[in-house]
Amino acid sequence: MAEIGLSHYLIVAATLFTIGIFGIFLNRKNVIIILMSVELILLAVNINLVAFSSFLGDLTGQVFALLVLTVAAAEAAIGLAILVVYFRNRGSIAVEDVNTMRG
Amino acid sequence: MLLATIAFYLFSGVLIAAALMVVSARNPVHSVLFLILAFFNAAALFVLLGAEFLAMVLVVVYVGAVAVLFLFVVMMLDIDFVELRQGFLNYVPVGLTIGLVLLAELVILGSAWAVAPAASAGYAHPTPEGVTNTEALGRILYTNYVHVFQGAGMVLLVAMIGAIVLTLRHREGVKRQNVRTQVGRRRAEAVELPKVRPGEGL
Repeated sequence: MAEIGLSHYLIVAATLFTIGIFGIFLNRKNVIIILMSVELILLAVNINLVAFSSFLGDLTGQVFALLVLTVAAAEAAIGLAILVVYFRNRGSIAVEDVNTMRG
Repeated sequence: MLLATIAFYLFSGVLIAAALMVVSARNPVHSVLFLILAFFNAAALFVLLGAEFLAMVLVVVYVGAVAVLFLFVVMMLDIDFVELRQGFLNYVPVGLTIGLVLLAELVILGSAWAVAPAASAGYAHPTPEGVTNTEALGRILYTNYVHVFQGAGMVLLVAMIGAIVLTLRHREGVKRQNVRTQVGRRRAEAVELPKVRPGEGL
């Protein structure tokens, strides 16, 4: 088996990113799964940042990964809060036809 | 070195399988549990990369907070998940097409690039020798990046306040404690001493 290099980690992150995009397409109605897919995409970004940081020997990437982690946590909290309010108003979380805000 | 290779393939394989289960599981509760598994394996990959601090943060923040938040919302809302899966298979072809194109592009890009030899001269913070990852990260996080760090704290504060404001509601007809009226109660309006005559009662 070959030595694990940067490309291996990049391909894992690319696969994870693609699965996230695929999940958004697949679960167009279920906003909870869409939020989870967004979390997967941000995780892929973090793996990329940490892999580059580790293989190139520059710590800045890990600082950025920490910030991405923060923003992802905030995004999940706000997204789920909006989801709870939406469910309270509509009685459903089907987001395929969210057009009540259209003017 | 062989052990690290085996560990990499194991963790990344489980990570990708768990991610696939997240997007395709029938029950959203299972999706959340697979998401937790994916986070644990990503943390293991971080450990393999030598980023122990981020690995622990990933476990604490994602598994401890975000995934539990998801679990709470999925279990608290009374959602008909069968109805939400209507037309699930209609989106498979387009999603698969776009996903495969994207994956092909990313893999081609990821496997065919090289670092310029002169690039290492421009590193902002080269990894110091003989210092643990946590200490090295702390040294630059609290000095060079202190404003960014505080900004991240502000992001979390705004998110917390926003989530509370969004979900707070005052329902009509629910008995609530009103501290102001409790404290403002006087003896005259709360206690009375009636004269009770013998044999009559009140």
